[in-house]
Amino acid sequence: MTKLSSTQIAWRAAQDIADGAYVNLGIGFPEMVAKFQPPGRQAIFHTENGILGFGEAPAAGAEDWDLINAGKKAVTLKPGTAFFHHADSFAMVRGGHLDVAILGAYQVAQNGDLANWSTGPKGVPAVGGAMDLVHGAKRVAVITEHVTKDGKPKLLDACTLPLTGVGCVTRVYTSLAVVDIQDGHFVLREKLPQISLDELQSLTGATLHLDGAVADLIVPEL
Amino acid sequence: MDKTLPDLAAAVAGIEDGMTVMIGGFGGSGAPIELIHALIDRFRATGHPKDLTVVNNNAGNGHVGLAALIEQGMVRKLICSFPRSADPRVFTELYLAGKIELELVPQGTLAERIRAGGAGIPAFYTPTSYGTDLAKGKPVEEFDGRPYVRERWLKADVALIKAETGDTLGNLTYRMAARNFAPLMAMAAARTVVQVSHLVAPGGIDPEAVITPGIFVQGVVEVPHPAQEEDLNRANAVYPEVAQ
Repeated sequence: MTKLSSTQIAWRAAQDIADGAYVNLGIGFPEMVAKFQPPGRQAIFHTENGILGFGEAPAAGAEDWDLINAGKKAVTLKPGTAFFHHADSFAMVRGGHLDVAILGAYQVAQNGDLANWSTGPKGVPAVGGAMDLVHGAKRVAVITEHVTKDGKPKLLDACTLPLTGVGCVTRVYTSLAVVDIQDGHFVLREKLPQISLDELQSLTGATLHLDGAVADLIVPEL
Repeated sequence: MDKTLPDLAAAVAGIEDGMTVMIGGFGGSGAPIELIHALIDRFRATGHPKDLTVVNNNAGNGHVGLAALIEQGMVRKLICSFPRSADPRVFTELYLAGKIELELVPQGTLAERIRAGGAGIPAFYTPTSYGTDLAKGKPVEEFDGRPYVRERWLKADVALIKAETGDTLGNLTYRMAARNFAPLMAMAAARTVVQVSHLVAPGGIDPEAVITPGIFVQGVVEVPHPAQEEDLNRANAVYPEVAQ
């Protein structure tokens, strides 16, 4: 089946970030979004461990381990970088100062509930800053495969995995579509032109509502 | 007046069985490796302290620093947000065997609980964790139409932190993102002991540049060129080193 790669999903999410926006990218896959800012726009990236306005990863061997992101990966300084302690960092998060948080997901429900921190009671639980990020950023977006590795829907009527936050997600960028969450419903905004609406609905665990025309989801080869 | 301590052994004296110890650092950045290792040395020499409750963002990485402290069996309970790392085997094995207790706290709530502990605020309300498993059993109240979860302050008997430059009065500056939890922990502990990479006389730090004022610090020990956890782990270091 035709679908977007992770890199392409990240590219699509990056197109909606305004110039000058303060942005937190979840650890792992969402970190890729930073690479695809449209020309002429520059977001300011926030990391939970106390840096605003950091730059890209350094060359191998040039790492400074006091200069890392929330994923414990080395980053670099840029003109205008600021450091602060953890309480200030999360004041930025919960206080409504971030414009966008882009996070990964195990499941998203049509009411905006997000499950992205635990796959159940087995193993060692770990939450990090995920539960804080979903409350406070002006816009909480998710980037994800449309279905799980074994083909089950990740967009559902209700999450079955432990929740990260209630009613917090407003937009989902998937490998097949762009879906908004409005008034407790999934509203389809864009889909890959190669896939029919019926096919997309069959891969989605709740009704996809329409609100005007559905645009083609067009992403460059990356 | 002079808060300088003669050596690392003096810095970790007075930490007793059952105490709550906050340890600075986010992963390796800001981790006071030398203070932690001095505490391990004391335990190996005397059998104390043990049954510690440790507060840190993580649960250690590899076999040095916090992971080594846990591996020695000195830690009864860990309060943290993210007990995973590149090499989390030490904590993972003890946890799955039921030999160490875990209190999992969202990262921003952990920071704010520590800040509140240092600021004399016994409880506060946060939107974080509302409706999730981590809010179970906690009071919820609605403010302006939104639900919030009540969280309690977090205090400690001792904080062990790392700073870049400290003066003999305990005024501190930090190095880049190594700051993270340290200024909060310094406030929240009855006794805060700091390893500084550079020790200077009063006046050696521009007052405008002080991040942690000396009122929050009880002891300062100079450790020039401190070890960095990531470097130790890349060299597969183990503490204490196994005798050849």
